[in-house]
Amino acid sequence: MKSSTTAILSVSGRGLPLRGNDLDTDRIMPARFLRAVTFESLEKHLFEDDRAANPAHPFNDARYAGARVLVVNKNFGCGSSREHAPQGLARYGIRAIVGESYSEIFFGNSAVLGVPCFTADTAAIDALQARIERAPVTPITADVATGVVTAGDLRIQASLPAAVRDAFLSGQWNPTTMLLDRFDEVRRVADRLPYVSGF
Amino acid sequence: MHTLFHKVWDAHAVRILPSGQTQLFVGLHLVHEVTSPQAFDMLRQQGWRVAFPERTFATVDHIVPTKVQTRPFLDVMAEEMMVALERNCREYGISLWSLGEGREHQGIVHVIGPELGLTQPGMTIACGDSHTSTHGALGAIAFGIGTSQVRDVLASQCLALDPLKVRRIDVNGTLAPGVFAKDVILTIIRRLGVQGGVGFAYEYGGTTLDSMTIDERMTICNMSIEGGARVGYVNPDETTFRFLRGRTFAPSGAAFDRAAAWWRQIASDADARYDDRVTIDSSSIEPTVTWGINPGQSVGIGERIAASADEEALTFMGFERGAKVEGTRIDVAFIGSCTNGRLSDLEEAAKIVRGRRVASHVKALVVPGSQAVRTAAEAKGLHEIFSKAGFEWRGAGCSMCLAMNPDKLEGRQVCASSSNRNFKGRQGSPTGRTLLMSPAMVAAAAVSGEVVDVRHMLQEVPV
Repeated sequence: MKSSTTAILSVSGRGLPLRGNDLDTDRIMPARFLRAVTFESLEKHLFEDDRAANPAHPFNDARYAGARVLVVNKNFGCGSSREHAPQGLARYGIRAIVGESYSEIFFGNSAVLGVPCFTADTAAIDALQARIERAPVTPITADVATGVVTAGDLRIQASLPAAVRDAFLSGQWNPTTMLLDRFDEVRRVADRLPYVSGF
Repeated sequence: MHTLFHKVWDAHAVRILPSGQTQLFVGLHLVHEVTSPQAFDMLRQQGWRVAFPERTFATVDHIVPTKVQTRPFLDVMAEEMMVALERNCREYGISLWSLGEGREHQGIVHVIGPELGLTQPGMTIACGDSHTSTHGALGAIAFGIGTSQVRDVLASQCLALDPLKVRRIDVNGTLAPGVFAKDVILTIIRRLGVQGGVGFAYEYGGTTLDSMTIDERMTICNMSIEGGARVGYVNPDETTFRFLRGRTFAPSGAAFDRAAAWWRQIASDADARYDDRVTIDSSSIEPTVTWGINPGQSVGIGERIAASADEEALTFMGFERGAKVEGTRIDVAFIGSCTNGRLSDLEEAAKIVRGRRVASHVKALVVPGSQAVRTAAEAKGLHEIFSKAGFEWRGAGCSMCLAMNPDKLEGRQVCASSSNRNFKGRQGSPTGRTLLMSPAMVAAAAVSGEVVDVRHMLQEVPV
C-alpha cells in the first residue's frame, strides 16, 4: 500500500467494465472469506460466487487481466461495511473506480486505500463500458484534478467531491496522522461532553 | 431550528482537517472480531496506542457457532479470530464480552450496546459494521465504518467525515395487528429505494414512531443502511429515558436526571430545518416480504410482483411477474439477527408458534441476539414454546444472517428470515434464497411450511 503522503494525481491503465446496479459487498467479497485475521489473498476471491455462476463474468475474462480502472454502474458497494471488498479490489490492482454512484461506506473505505471512486452520468458510463468491451486494450486515464476520464479518443467528464479530490491531490487521503496531529484538541472536546465526564 | 444530527455533530467536532473533512470525536467505539484484527495490526505496526480504551468495548458475534459454543471452536479460523480479539483487547486494555467467563453480556454488538446502556442519546458511536445505525434508536448518531476507520478510532477516538444531509421521515398512523416495525422499514426502503438515503441521515418520527418501543425503533434504524442511509435515528423521548433507567452503563441517581435534561435538549428542535421530508401512512402497511435480491424489492403479502420487476432478481429467486410471494414453500426459518433478535421479537414469534408445530420439511431456528436475551426468554418459558414446536433454540450470535459461522443455507434453499439482507449468497449458499419478513411472519411460515399472512394466525391456539 502507498503511504498516506503520496499525492494521487491520475490513474492510468486498462479498464474492466462491470455492468449491474446495486452490486453489494457480499457479492464483491463473500462473507466466508472474511474469516481471517489479515486482508492477504483477498484478491483471489473477488466476486467468487458470481464468477462461478457466470463463466463470462468480466473478472473471468482474460482480456481484462491486469486492469487498473474498474467501471461500474449505480450504488456499487452497497450493504456491508466490510473493507475486505475494496481491499480485494486494491490488491487485485484496481487503482481507480469510475461509476454512476457508490454506497457511502464503500466510497470512504476505498478513498483511505488510495482508490478514488469517480462518478459520471449513465450515458458516459455506458459509453466507457462499451468502449472497453469493444477494445479491452484501450488505455484509460482518470485525472483527479479535472475529473476527465479518457479511453483512447473517448473523453467523459467525471468528478470527485471537492474535499476528496483535494485530499488525493495533496496526498492527505489517509487521515490517521491528521487525526493524531492535535490530540490536545480531542481531549478538550471529550472533556466538554457531559457523558464523558459522567454527567 | 437545529436537528439532533447537527447538534450532536457540532458537539463532537474537533476541527476542520486540512482535507476539508470534519474531525469528529467518537463517544463510543464498539468492536467485534471480524473487522478489527487488521486494525489492531496496523496500530501495532505504527506503534500507536488506543487513545480512549475506556470508551471502547468489544464482543464476539459474527463467527461464533450458536449450537456448541465451547472453546476451542471446531472451526480453526473462527478460533484464530477469537484468540486475536482476546489478545488485542488484553494488550490494549479494552473490555471484552467473550464466551465463557462473563458470557452473560456476550451477544450481537448492536443488541448488547443498548441492552447494557452503553448506547445513549446525543452520543457519536462507531463500529466496523454497517448495522451500527441501529443505535440511532436511542438518539445517538451511529456510523458503520471500515477497518481503516476502526484503526483511526482506536488510535485517535476520531473519524474524518463529511457532514450528512438530514431527511425527516414522518411515519403516521396505527399499525394493524400483525404488522410490525420490520414491515414499516421494508416499506420505507421500497418507497425511497436502496440508494435513496446515500448522503443522508434518516430522522424517523411521526405518531407511529412516537408510540413504538425502543426495540421497534431499533429494527427501523437498523435497516437505514439498507436504504442507503449510513445513519438513522429517532429523537430521544420519555420512552428512551424509561428504557435507559437502571441499565448497567446508564447514569444513575441524580446523574440520570442531569443526563435526561441534556438528552432532552439534544433532540431536534420543533422548528428544525430538514434537507428533505417524506411522510408515510403506516395504517395501510401490510405484512411485507421481499421477493428479490435487495431489501427494496418487496411486496405486501396480498400484493403481486410488479410487471416492471428486475429480471436478474426474478431469475435468481425463481419468481414470475404477477405472482404472489404468499404460498411460496420454504425450507428454512430463521428468527434472530441485529434487526430482529431481541426479546420482544422472540415474544411476537412465540405467540404464533405456541401450540403449533414446525412443518415437517422445514428446518427452523431461533437465535437470541444476546445471552441476556436468551436468559430473559428462558425465564419467560419461550425456549419451551419454540422447542416443543420443533424450533432449535440456540446460543447468541449473528448466525444465519451472514454465513460466517456454521449456520448456512444449502443449495437453492428458500429461507424465511427475520434478518436484514436478501443479497445473493448472503446466507451462505451462493444459490440460496432469502425472503425477509418480520419474526411473526417467519414463525407463521415455519409452522405453515410456506409464506402465509400472519394476520390469519393471530388467534392463539388453545394449548
